Amino acid sequence: MTLPDGVERRGFDGTERLATRGEPVYGEPTDGEWRAWNPHRSKLGAMLELGLDTGLAGGENVLYLGAAAGTTVSHVADFAGPTYAVEFAARPMRDLLDASESRPRLFPLLADARSPEEYAHVVEPVDVIVQDVATRGQATVATTNARFLREDGRLLMAVKARSEDVTRDPEAVFADALDELREAYEILDTERLTPYHDDHLGVVARPLSEP
Amino acid sequence: MSDHDGWFAGLDPSDSEVAIERIRAGGAEKPRDWPALAVEAGFVTDDEDYYDRLHEATVAAAREQVRERERADDRQLVHAVRAMDDSRRTANELAERVAEWAGSRYDDAGTGVEYARELAAEDPEEDGTDSPDDPAAERLHAVAARTADLADEADELERFVETAAHDVAPNLAAMAGPVLAARLISLAGGLDDLAKMPSSTVQVLGAEDALFAHLRGNAPSPKHGVIYTHEYVRGTPEEERGSAARAVAGKLTIAARVDHYSGERRPELDAELDERIRTIRQRGADE
Repeated sequence: MTLPDGVERRGFDGTERLATRGEPVYGEPTDGEWRAWNPHRSKLGAMLELGLDTGLAGGENVLYLGAAAGTTVSHVADFAGPTYAVEFAARPMRDLLDASESRPRLFPLLADARSPEEYAHVVEPVDVIVQDVATRGQATVATTNARFLREDGRLLMAVKARSEDVTRDPEAVFADALDELREAYEILDTERLTPYHDDHLGVVARPLSEP
Repeated sequence: MSDHDGWFAGLDPSDSEVAIERIRAGGAEKPRDWPALAVEAGFVTDDEDYYDRLHEATVAAAREQVRERERADDRQLVHAVRAMDDSRRTANELAERVAEWAGSRYDDAGTGVEYARELAAEDPEEDGTDSPDDPAAERLHAVAARTADLADEADELERFVETAAHDVAPNLAAMAGPVLAARLISLAGGLDDLAKMPSSTVQVLGAEDALFAHLRGNAPSPKHGVIYTHEYVRGTPEEERGSAARAVAGKLTIAARVDHYSGERRPELDAELDERIRTIRQRGADE
């Protein structure tokens, strides 16, 4: 599988690692203008590292839900086009703002990803939704935001089993989440994100066409 | 006026203050091709110009919101969660009254806040059961309307509590859920009081009656107070519930301390609790 334009494997201290070009955000190693993308700290990084067919080519419009302090979304903004970053909590937004300063096409939005109508007046239809909100109801967040996705767009998410129910078998949690996703999406690919993230299922999906 | 809800609709391109306000307070049902609409409306010259302005406005709006929300203090949260509980309790009491009253007049009277809502939506003179200008029917419908309003306000307060709890105590809110986090802060008297409590006290916050009965020597020690509402306590089988309550109280106490003394979000705390509960429940299942 090919990496999107703007993402490359480069050597950092003798190890091949994913990297994008941009200002460093979280103390990651750099090599000139390239900075390493740590798959242990980023579910999307792990999906690319593990070779999931994300369909990313580089330059897409992206809606990133659950941007937190900007660890992953900063890498996304490095290789993608206009990137809308939704985060609900004030504290991590402070760090996300720092990452946005040097990225003129990264738009921080302090809003609740469960209420898309709070940001639909700002966010345009996008090619890619990254769902990284890891609280209970992860699939619901993805389905309520499906309205932002273009017909041929992609949903990229990692379902965190422990966020839904720590005591259930992760496989059962994943099955339920996928069932719910199918209300709005067609699942294209799934893969466990071990060894980078335990009990996470990476999911690539595309929207169901309008009836 | 424009025919859409885009943040720039009808906006003077030089007015950055209103732009910020629009980003913050605006809304729309569906996304549209905003860059194209903005060019069409003459708000910007091209896409690049649009994105430059959008960047400026979103960064400024988020910065403003962060500043305001980080000033949010735990006292406001305490008042809000208490008002939420009062509103909900009172709405339920009034709903019982409405049901009782309506039962004396209508055959199809229901119960609960939902029934009060239905009744409030009806016109007392139009459904045929009440004679025109029946003053009792008017009063009953008015009380039903107040009940529905109060229940709505309880929901609004809950939304406020959810936002405010994440700002005041991000780790505690993430681990306990925002409403339980707010209740714990409320019971302790404030975030700094909660942060200074031993976890054994946090474990029984909200169970003071049972605790004092125990201290007087005529009751077993309570295993949990309000943290009973936490899924990890309530959802753990009874024989392991004491251990679960102790584990939850321990981690919530640490979360409250991190929130009070550093304010940094530390997701690994949640993972530690997840792991601990998994072990406890596993132990219960193996026996």
